[in-house]
Amino acid sequence: MDFDKEYFNLGLLDTLSYKDTVIHRLDPRTKVIATFAFIVTVVSFPKYEIAGLIPFFLFPALIFSLGDIPVWFILKKVLVVSVFAVFIGIFNPLFDTRVMVNLFGIPVSGGWVSFFSILLKFFLTICSALLLISTTSFPGICHALRKLGIPEIFISQLLFLYRYIFVLIEETLRMVRARDLRSFGKRGQGMSIFINLIGTLFVKTIERAERIYHAMLSRGFSGTIHHIKRDHLRKADFACLSVTGVFLILFRTYDLVNLIGRQAERMF
Amino acid sequence: MSHHIIDFKDVVFRYPDGTEALKGVSFRITHGESVGIVGANGAGKSTLLLQMNGYILPSSGLINIGDLELTKKSRQEIRKKVGVVFQNPDDQLFMPTVYDDVAFGPLNLGMTAERVVDRVNSALQTVGCFDLREKPPHHLSGGQKRAVAIATVLAMEPDILVMDEPSSDLDPKSRRYLIRLLRGFKHTKIIASHDLDFILEVCERCLVIRDGRIVADGPVSDILTKQSLLEENNLELPLSLQKTRMQ
Repeated sequence: MDFDKEYFNLGLLDTLSYKDTVIHRLDPRTKVIATFAFIVTVVSFPKYEIAGLIPFFLFPALIFSLGDIPVWFILKKVLVVSVFAVFIGIFNPLFDTRVMVNLFGIPVSGGWVSFFSILLKFFLTICSALLLISTTSFPGICHALRKLGIPEIFISQLLFLYRYIFVLIEETLRMVRARDLRSFGKRGQGMSIFINLIGTLFVKTIERAERIYHAMLSRGFSGTIHHIKRDHLRKADFACLSVTGVFLILFRTYDLVNLIGRQAERMF
Repeated sequence: MSHHIIDFKDVVFRYPDGTEALKGVSFRITHGESVGIVGANGAGKSTLLLQMNGYILPSSGLINIGDLELTKKSRQEIRKKVGVVFQNPDDQLFMPTVYDDVAFGPLNLGMTAERVVDRVNSALQTVGCFDLREKPPHHLSGGQKRAVAIATVLAMEPDILVMDEPSSDLDPKSRRYLIRLLRGFKHTKIIASHDLDFILEVCERCLVIRDGRIVADGPVSDILTKQSLLEENNLELPLSLQKTRMQ
């Protein structure tokens, strides 16, 4: 069933984030900052840029291999959301018909170039975001965000979301299973039953929220969730951040593909 | 020691819709006692437990925990003394990792970071879950969740331990482990359960509740052997005793 499969996918992404590799061991703050810087740099390129974006593929490639992340798993996820990027760029070729380059005698319009550029930027940014969450545990990311100044209330919301999304999905899964086992063909699968299911789930959620709140009160909760400091920035983190910074600036300011091409021309 | 005493005097509790869940309950539990609370579904066990740390306050009657009378004002203090372990560990464990969850209570008590770390480590070691500390709760098994839930309460070092159905959903080995764990605790223990064998092994005293009233109160060896009393309350003889009867 689809529902089961999606849950498994979410679970796998979560399991990946608890691996123990060089990338996983970095402080979450390092990875959040590096990813953010990467995304900003990629997005900052002008709309017709293609060649300049190519060197940036080195970053995801490096994380895939060092972090031991299954490439296909992430690529499939990127593919699923790529629909949005396609819709954003799909009309560019229609509006921007000015011919920009001739590729092997075929005239290519500016619209196609910018469309392709959007796809590349999209791929790079989504890929890096997915890599961030598959190499850093979700609580880790939340704590990093908190230390970087995101208000406490949002962090608590995110942490509760992470904690209970699995519980909620499993509860839904059990209800859907119970419905499926007692419904045959179309009977029992209709909209009205579905609405009942959602309603029950809602009531159950409220009840659970009440019990959780009770559990929090029982342990002295009085409005704020306190945290204990556990992560420490190490030398590896500073090294990683500075190397990333240097390469981002390098890739952004120098057209490396062009330089390599010229160099190659001169050699032969 | 007077501060580990729980004293209920004529406690009545009415839900907002008018249902009377407790109709005048009186009992006194003294320091170090371990008390089982049994009764049919809907007899009022959970309502009784919810009163012990002031989540709900009695409609009339008095509850004293140690030297403190349970009121809206004193319940913050009382919650430090009475640790409650809920039936469903998923409700109890609400933080993203085991470690954060066990640290939640001690941090709320305003302790220094080092003391919190000590408490968390020793609580996790007591229940044998130290190696799980960085895991998120949804990666734990039912038995592990239960053990961690107990650790979250132990870390606050309460005088009194209250548990609602601690043995439900446990496989026999985890259940046995829990029995051994609880027997080792010096706390005053109050355990509500349908698992009568569990009560028989862990508790010395037993209260039977029916329709919001206490109908029997005495040593487990007396109460849990009275077949007629048990059957009147939708219960039956503990399985371990049934076997010896048959022989």
